[in-house]
Amino acid sequence: MSEASSTNLLEMINLTKRFPGVIALNNVSLKVKAGTVHALMGENGAGKSTLMKCLFGIYSMDEGKILLDGKEVSFANSKQALENGVSMVHQELNQVRQQNVMDNIWLGRYPKKGIFIDEKKMYEDTAAIFKSLDINIDPRSKVGTLSVSEMQMVEIAKAVSYHSKLIVMDEPTSSLTEKEVNHLFTIIKKLQSENVAIIYISHKMEEILKISDEVTIMRDGQYIATKSAKELTTDEIIKLMVGRDLSQRFPAKINQPGEVTLKVKDLTAETEGSFSNINFDLRKGEILGVAGLVGSKRTEVMEALFGIRGLKSGSIELNGKVVQNHSPQHAIKNGFALVTEERRTTGIYPELSISFNSIIANLPQYRKGLFLSESKVHDDTKWVIDSMKVKTPSQKTSIGSLSGGNQQKVIIGRWLLTKPEVLLLDEPTRGIDVGAKFEIYQLINELAAEGKGIIMISSEMPELLGVTDRILVMSNGRAAGIVDTKTTSQEEIMRLAALY
Amino acid sequence: MNTQATKRSNITKWLFDNVIYVFLILLVIGIVIASPDFLSMTNLINILSQSSSRIIIALGIAGILILGGTDLSAGRMVGLAAVVSASLLQAGDYAYKMYPNLPELPLFVPIIIAMLVTGLFGTLNGFIVSKFHVPPFIATLGMMIGVYGITSIYFDRPPYGAQPIGGLSESFTTFAQKGIKLGQYEFPYLILYAIAFSIIIWVVWNKTQLGKNMYAIGGNAEAAKVSGVNVAKNIIIIYMIAGLLYGFSGTLEAGRVGSATNNTGNMYELDAIAACVVGGVSLSGGIGTVPGVITGVLIFQVINYGLAFLGVSPYIQFIVKGAIIIVAVAFDMRKHAKKK
Repeated sequence: MSEASSTNLLEMINLTKRFPGVIALNNVSLKVKAGTVHALMGENGAGKSTLMKCLFGIYSMDEGKILLDGKEVSFANSKQALENGVSMVHQELNQVRQQNVMDNIWLGRYPKKGIFIDEKKMYEDTAAIFKSLDINIDPRSKVGTLSVSEMQMVEIAKAVSYHSKLIVMDEPTSSLTEKEVNHLFTIIKKLQSENVAIIYISHKMEEILKISDEVTIMRDGQYIATKSAKELTTDEIIKLMVGRDLSQRFPAKINQPGEVTLKVKDLTAETEGSFSNINFDLRKGEILGVAGLVGSKRTEVMEALFGIRGLKSGSIELNGKVVQNHSPQHAIKNGFALVTEERRTTGIYPELSISFNSIIANLPQYRKGLFLSESKVHDDTKWVIDSMKVKTPSQKTSIGSLSGGNQQKVIIGRWLLTKPEVLLLDEPTRGIDVGAKFEIYQLINELAAEGKGIIMISSEMPELLGVTDRILVMSNGRAAGIVDTKTTSQEEIMRLAALY
Repeated sequence: MNTQATKRSNITKWLFDNVIYVFLILLVIGIVIASPDFLSMTNLINILSQSSSRIIIALGIAGILILGGTDLSAGRMVGLAAVVSASLLQAGDYAYKMYPNLPELPLFVPIIIAMLVTGLFGTLNGFIVSKFHVPPFIATLGMMIGVYGITSIYFDRPPYGAQPIGGLSESFTTFAQKGIKLGQYEFPYLILYAIAFSIIIWVVWNKTQLGKNMYAIGGNAEAAKVSGVNVAKNIIIIYMIAGLLYGFSGTLEAGRVGSATNNTGNMYELDAIAACVVGGVSLSGGIGTVPGVITGVLIFQVINYGLAFLGVSPYIQFIVKGAIIIVAVAFDMRKHAKKK
């Protein structure tokens, strides 16, 4: 690199971060100039968050160094980063909802008069920052009463209040309306004019090209390129972000979609600002993928189908009959099954045995008088272990001691025991190593070949392209389109995902 | 915009937000309708003075509940403070003094010693909870049992063994039983202590960094941590303050009753927690006010005193109190329940 390092506010040089079995960052560099907006792009899992976590000391890097203003730094925690003028606006907002706006902004460093908090100064300083950023929020209102976009504005104001030299914004527009996005851009421009640098993480191409000066692209934990935004087009960014071969990662398809089993019409969520007007069909023996960015409300649609979320309008038809899934109990009875996204929090009972974890969604089947039939429990657990190819020493082994892939197989087995017609899989291979992923894909294939209708959410584009028959692409709570897997491309899906 | 509808919804909202105060007023009105004699200065003073030491305990527990913790050891700490302070301030001519040769100390000495002892145990609670991450329920359950053992060993000793520590010096009983004469009424000091502690705690909660941090930790400990708050330190201090408050309250109990045993204060923590939740303190942390806590205590004392005044069986009083706790929290959960 020939650029004089004096113009760089932040230099992250040759960072490497290893986790057991994975290299999350492989020799990645990032250089951000003062007073510029630097976009950081890459697919989910490309290593963007890991890189930022290394900057804020949440992860410790294995190799490499970080220079701020030419001096080597190594923050132990976010407090130290803040004190050195580096702050972050988190995607998932970290605020105390029960307290008011100014309490949140000055948390950890309240202005004081003697031993008392100087409320007046707090109020005035907050109001002054809000005024300078053109934010119209009462500093005394409770954070819990604000809208998500207002909370986001408060977070940005908080970052500004630290007199930061560098602000990292992680998907800052994921919950903003267009008008609010423009407001955010005005704020960014203003910060830029005060020589503040912004690292802007987003999936939205148009935004990136509009707001940023430079773009760094990462893929699979590797640094790919840093280019001036002026030289880039959406297509070029996508090409740089994607670009890997798919051969041998997926089993050959063996399923044959048949007649329509599930018809979803005009589904609209009860909660304002969630999904609306979702329409799609699912055939027997078909694997329907669901693609979309974080915040596209994919999971919400699955939860609504499974009766976890309420619907304002729309209908769900299974084999020609309208079904009402008011709760998971109804949904299970009606032939639906859901393998949830967060396996650890909503899937497994980690301390309990494989046997318990296999039968728990289906207990009434095992009743014999007042008790549970031990032999039937044993037989079904055996079926789960054999047919899902779970590697375990015994039925009594606690599920927490198995690998992620084997845990997931047990969970899929659990839901197959309820004899579902429609199997909903939310990120079924998240946190599972490559070999086990193949087995899960194979399992999904076989289930479809047996005639089950399968809907699979995934954030991994190659996985969707390698496993599914059709893909429903969601964007900002709406269905942006349904594409045929055979004829579509990652570029088309990404474009649809960024449509709304 | 329909202004009348807005107005009505504003009133509903106000009633909803202030439901406990409204409830207390309605409760008093109801008792007065049943028996107009209830409305007297004497009754008011009695209710307030009975509430006083409970308010001080409840304020201590409330801070811990706002942190998202709990404290089951409060009652036993009250007992420990009562026994310690009583043993140190028995009248010189009393026949069964625990320390026969102890000269009569100034009043503040036993009070300070009792507060230091319980303050220490409170600090220990906070330390165990914040440093060893023992769930507060378990940490303070252990403390409750352990402190009772310590109190009993201290209490059941030669020369006189396990018998109430009585014959308190006059300065002690004056401190807890007497008051300021205002015309024909005597306004007990107890009430003044409760008022003083309420003001101090209100200031701490609302005007100091410690108070803000307390609400922040209870509301979202992770947010407090990433904003640079020393979470463990703040937790320890809040538990310590609670311990100090139990200590003072324990000396009041000893002075008020005129004696102390190892069972003084037994189960007070449950009354205090009940008063807190009825007074709007959230058991999941982050929410609670001093006026709310005071009102919670008063509601229970008005029920105690008022229903007894009406001649209602004490057994029925228990049923009423139990129902109020459950209804209040159910109501509160509805208020905070968020629809998915």
